[in-house]
Amino acid sequence: MSIQNIMVTADIAARRRAGVMAALIVVVVLLALASLGIGPVRLSPLTVIDALFGGGSDVQQVIVREIRLPRMILGFAIGAMLGLSGAALQGLLRNPLASPSLFGAPQSAAFGAVLVIALGLADVRSYALPVAAILAAFASVFALLAIAGRNAGLLILILAGLAISSLAGAATALVMNLSSNPFVVLEIAFWLLGSLEDRSFRHVMLALPFIVAGAIILLRQRNAFRALSLGEETAQSLGVDVGRLRLTVIVGVALGVGGSVAVTGAIGFIGLVAPHLMRPLIGHDPTRLLVPSALTGSALLLAADIAVRIIPSTSDIKVGVLTSIIGVPFFLYLIMRERRALGGGVA
Amino acid sequence: MTEAAFLTAQGLNVQLAGRAVLKNISLALSPGHLVALVGPNGAGKTTLLRALAGLVPSDGAIHVGGDALSSLPLRERARRFAYLPQGHIVHWPLPARDIVALGRYPHGATDPGRLTLRDTEAVLRAMQATDVVEFGDRRVTELSGGERSRVALARVLAVEAPVILADEPTASLDPRHQIDVMKSLRQAADKGALVIVVTHDLGLAARFADTVLVLSEGRLVSQGASAEALSDDIMGDVFRISAYRAEYQREAVIVPWAEI
Repeated sequence: MSIQNIMVTADIAARRRAGVMAALIVVVVLLALASLGIGPVRLSPLTVIDALFGGGSDVQQVIVREIRLPRMILGFAIGAMLGLSGAALQGLLRNPLASPSLFGAPQSAAFGAVLVIALGLADVRSYALPVAAILAAFASVFALLAIAGRNAGLLILILAGLAISSLAGAATALVMNLSSNPFVVLEIAFWLLGSLEDRSFRHVMLALPFIVAGAIILLRQRNAFRALSLGEETAQSLGVDVGRLRLTVIVGVALGVGGSVAVTGAIGFIGLVAPHLMRPLIGHDPTRLLVPSALTGSALLLAADIAVRIIPSTSDIKVGVLTSIIGVPFFLYLIMRERRALGGGVA
Repeated sequence: MTEAAFLTAQGLNVQLAGRAVLKNISLALSPGHLVALVGPNGAGKTTLLRALAGLVPSDGAIHVGGDALSSLPLRERARRFAYLPQGHIVHWPLPARDIVALGRYPHGATDPGRLTLRDTEAVLRAMQATDVVEFGDRRVTELSGGERSRVALARVLAVEAPVILADEPTASLDPRHQIDVMKSLRQAADKGALVIVVTHDLGLAARFADTVLVLSEGRLVSQGASAEALSDDIMGDVFRISAYRAEYQREAVIVPWAEI
């Protein structure tokens, strides 16, 4: 084999990845259009595009631009953030079972929101809810860093994250437990299930800056994940500041996922599943997985949000429930495959 | 070692978890040398390699190429030291070529899909030197232990750093692969690099190294050409063994023989 051969095979792999990316973009765009067209009033893709750019009837414009567009944007952005966070955390931890909820930011964000609802400061559609959720997500990151210390190893961070997420879950349960108003408890319980329904541009404006900031922070670290494939010590010897990378990634995930949970409640398993769907197509390179995983996350959440509108049921199904119902069996499948890979009975 | 030293350490002390692992180590090593670092388990060999590369905090002064190590940014350190840790860990099944290309990371080539011509040439040179070109496209997880260790070595050679630090590069390899790896490192030294190899194989150390450093309980107890550094006294005091000595094809042969 010669220098040309090496470049040619690298080229073939690159072309294949570009093909997958193009296909992903097409799928996401189609799902986005479908998301704008599907609901109690069905609109054709052409009508949707027309209404989007100011054509069609007033009613069609209101439906597309004010009711469904924010929902679609949130589905796209939050799905992307979840997929990106999952890929970034799996790269950071070099573990395919890592997910965005690992360090407790989503659970803490949910607690912040629940507390505001229970105290009667806001209902589930108010502006104060996301603010509280994002503040709680940040508080959880600072608590994590304070407990684990600045140069903490991965194990300490994971244990501290586990403790914080358990605490946030317990605190959420306590709030519901102490709440004297059964309607509030019901409202909280439904909010926790995760939904994109009835979200407005106010929600988009609130969540989007955090999601964009989180995504930029994670993408700026992208190349370090590849060096980390060789282990932390080798990555350090290649010039990666591993300690700082860990903190940066956790902050990026907290920002993006905290902002997401704030407006939609908890949506599980997209972050875990998206990178796995991409590995057979893109390869295992953790750097190359980031953007395709984000697009896959978008596609998954948009598809799930379309599905909850189509599936006939007496009361509306929450999208977070749907992603978990599909996601958990997949997670179990991954664990079983991992067990086989580790040699069956050994562990 | 009368030539100008490229890598020096003065009064190097390292504490890990409150225990003094390295005690007052001073050394001066010149380019173009292959240095074997030997000593019993727990003597501090790996820690010394890590300290020299700046991967563990240490007291004392380390200078590389005339600059204080502490004054160099991470990226510049990475260009001066190529570090091969034990075990050749790769967490994801990446193609061998991409692993080798990570050796160019310190030079700014962070994407193996988009290497400059200079980086591609360095990668190819390293792959040729370790004879791994033929399985460049295979995933490292599908390679045998010997092949994987050569890929790891190629990654280190691809840095083309003036100092190569290799921690037990021949561990768990068959004799043929051990000799291959030592020859590749010898070649890098002959081209002007300072190569420091941690090894338990005193035979390989005696045969391939210009200089042998003997560590015992965190102290540097002996250094020099293999015959002097691995004298009968040192073999007895440090390793608590006797050794068979001979010469074969005009190279020193040392075979650990019996406990004393």
